[in-house]
Amino acid sequence: MALHSQIPHRLNFYDRPPLDDITIEEFETCALDRLRVLAEIESSFARNRSYDELKTVTLEQCKKYLPLNSSTAIAVDRDAERRKDHVGHFVLRLAFCRSEELRRRFVKAETSLFRIRYDSDDRVERDAFLNSRDFDWIPVTDEERLEYRAELSAASTSKDAVPEKERYYKVKWTRVPDLIEKRKVFLKGGLAFVPAREQSSIVFQEFQTHLERDLEMTAKALPRLDEDTRIVPILNNLSQGFLAGVSSEWSSSPAGNGNEITADMVDELSRKHFPACMRNLHDSLRRDRHLKHFGRLQYGLFLKVLGLSIDEAILFWRRSFSNIQDDKFNKEYRYNIRHSYGLEGKRANYPARSCQQILMSDQPGASDSHGCPYRHFAPDNLQSALLSMYSSQGLTSADLAEVMNTVKAGHYHVACTRVFEITHASQGVKKGEGVGGGESVTHPNQYAARSRELERGKDEGFKTEADGDVVMQIS
Amino acid sequence: MALSNDVESPSAELMLAFYRRLYPFKSVFGWLNHEHTPTKFFTHREFAFTLPGDVYLRYNSFATADDLKKQVCTLNPTRFEIGPVYSARPRDKKTVRPAAFTPQLRELVFDIDMTDYDTIRTCCSGAEICRRCWVFIAAAVRVMDRSIRDQFGYKYLLWVYSGRRGIHLWISDREAMELTDEQRRALVGWVTVIQGGKEMHKKVNVRVGSRPLPPSLAMALEPLAVVFGDLILADQDCFASEEGWEALLHLIPDKTVVENLRKKWTANPERSSEDKWDDLKKEVKEYAKGTPQRATLTAAMEDIILQYTYPRIDAEVSKHRNHLLKAPFCVHPKTGRVCVPVDPETIDSFRPERVPTVSQLLQELDEVLPAAGDAAEHHSDWERTSLKPYVDMLDRHVMTLMEETRRTKRDMTW
Ligand code: SF4
Ligand SMILES: [Zn+2]
Repeated sequence: MALHSQIPHRLNFYDRPPLDDITIEEFETCALDRLRVLAEIESSFARNRSYDELKTVTLEQCKKYLPLNSSTAIAVDRDAERRKDHVGHFVLRLAFCRSEELRRRFVKAETSLFRIRYDSDDRVERDAFLNSRDFDWIPVTDEERLEYRAELSAASTSKDAVPEKERYYKVKWTRVPDLIEKRKVFLKGGLAFVPAREQSSIVFQEFQTHLERDLEMTAKALPRLDEDTRIVPILNNLSQGFLAGVSSEWSSSPAGNGNEITADMVDELSRKHFPACMRNLHDSLRRDRHLKHFGRLQYGLFLKVLGLSIDEAILFWRRSFSNIQDDKFNKEYRYNIRHSYGLEGKRANYPARSCQQILMSDQPGASDSHGCPYRHFAPDNLQSALLSMYSSQGLTSADLAEVMNTVKAGHYHVACTRVFEITHASQGVKKGEGVGGGESVTHPNQYAARSRELERGKDEGFKTEADGDVVMQIS
Repeated sequence: MALSNDVESPSAELMLAFYRRLYPFKSVFGWLNHEHTPTKFFTHREFAFTLPGDVYLRYNSFATADDLKKQVCTLNPTRFEIGPVYSARPRDKKTVRPAAFTPQLRELVFDIDMTDYDTIRTCCSGAEICRRCWVFIAAAVRVMDRSIRDQFGYKYLLWVYSGRRGIHLWISDREAMELTDEQRRALVGWVTVIQGGKEMHKKVNVRVGSRPLPPSLAMALEPLAVVFGDLILADQDCFASEEGWEALLHLIPDKTVVENLRKKWTANPERSSEDKWDDLKKEVKEYAKGTPQRATLTAAMEDIILQYTYPRIDAEVSKHRNHLLKAPFCVHPKTGRVCVPVDPETIDSFRPERVPTVSQLLQELDEVLPAAGDAAEHHSDWERTSLKPYVDMLDRHVMTLMEETRRTKRDMTW
């Protein structure tokens, strides 16, 4: 069976499903092994790993579970490897096509895997792969390059790029949204001029779009497959495994063990236990008697997880928006509060935002107060804000230099962790201990919970639910 | 001086008469539908109504323009909003599977609102707007209109005054309507320049290292430099107060220059914004051409111009297909003014305070048609009022849009 004629390249767009017979065992192992790799990719996102770290970790994982060697590799069963890669991918498609969320996460992880393999592929083999498909890019002519010389050079992100020497391709801008979002290309009449070195963007985007489309088609065809009673339980197991390993919530302690808080307690709690993002929202709310949409969302979900019941939440927000008439409040805000408690609309149980979400999504606009102060404040404002928030808990201006250096290096939650240590030194927290066991702050609720726990003095009973392998960002 | 824009909210009677006699349902239908016979573009389109008494009705949809009119006249909403074209008729939402009810198509929309300029403008604040602050909006419209056409190649742009202190843009090109949320997000990233929260001084970070401005912004810079001179320096005198000039100093990445200027301005606080900008220029020229300090400061000055004049858009409105936006020709409940289309070519001479109000329009109608009686309900009574030029503007837009639809259909059948 000359399988390598079916899978001629290491890189694969998975256009055609495997047609030969597959045993149930093979079906399951191929999928499980691939899932191990994808789960590692997901958790890398959650841990905020850089691309290089992600690549190292993933290639390591691949070597263990899903080796895939180049066409020139010797002493390996190349065809078996490619077959396993192929089969595993298609089984997981079946498992993950069933909900929008699963599809999105699967696409994200698979696209990253493709990208890592692309970047580590042999140059010659990669070109052979690229030539084997039609990516529908139009080479930019010399005349065009001359006409837009200035623009092409200004659009280039590197100093030494010489447009005359570079090859460019034109594609519809919608095919390279990532380059557009960051203004990395010259754009004219809806066509993006993509330099050869960014060509991979087109390839990755194409992979993603392709996979999204296929998954939707698979989802439509799935009901027929549901009749196969041997396969369905396996598929269910796979998708649950993916979900359980990476739940995104930092859940509050179960109700009824004395953790409920009331609207009246929030002022004091905020002074004693809140991280800077929530302190800032609380203080803005008190000062302006209002918060804009994302501020309400970020703060409201935080308070919910902290233990504020729905009735207390409505009371809290009603009193806080003291400039607003009852009917306006009832109309514009009550529903949203109830919604965030899962009592309206989709009735979803919305988790509170993690640091990663606060840092990365919904960038604050010019008049917003949400976000993370360590990232979104100007340095001098951050310093004075920190002093005014935390000097009563022992933060002094002498501590600021260290904190600000960490901020400058872009390690915002590390700076936040340091502030936690300093402000809890009187409770015996030492430098490097973080929020317990050396862990950094990854969630505002984790920060507040640990702070309250320290106050109650029952150190030992603390267990972090927000440790590394949770917090899968669903953007 | 800010004129108080808010007049009495129009009464329910006025609103009803407006919907029955003046609202251009046919034109709005054509604009949403892109052809004469109703298609999914209209029948699967969500309409949401805001009723007096704080009732908000979502997921309405209609078979024809007449159906829409009938319902509007029955409910007599204070305003209504337009959402996306769904995969099923919105009014059937409860009966179809959730997976079969997803937003498919939607005009690409933008919202520019005066409140986002509150930290800059010195003439008014909050809900107020005057002729002087409209200049910010006008500058934003010119920049946006040009870049959307030139860079993205879209042709069917409709600018609509929001009735109070802002402006909306609706883009109806087929391709724009088909954009996914992800693509919309990318496009918003492309046009967003002002970023960072309240507490961030420098809100323009668009360069890679010390590279020149990306071409799209370099293109915008030239006209904006003029606006900066006329509006920020001369008219709004933004750096007159200490607070104003300190904000400027925060944006200058050179300690010596900042110190020199601060000393000078504290000693002579009466120096105008124009003087102060000249002072800055002089300081910059102290460094020889070609030195890195000079380059850094020149770049900083460009960024300052952008920070004070570049369009500030409300990004959330544009990112999602299912965002609802007030329909053109609705009446703003606070000002009574009609949300009329605006021609970007003449945006500079547009005067929000001259936009007709409902009561004014109905009065005009009474004057031309004394006692014509309610029995004769004219569908195009607007022809006899000062609403006419605005409806005509929309109709011309609809004609080109329909022409385009015919052309693509023809191309497809060949
Ligand atoms: S690091 Fe996290 S907890 Fe700390 S301020 Fe930022 S978002 Fe809040
Ligand atoms: Zn004004």
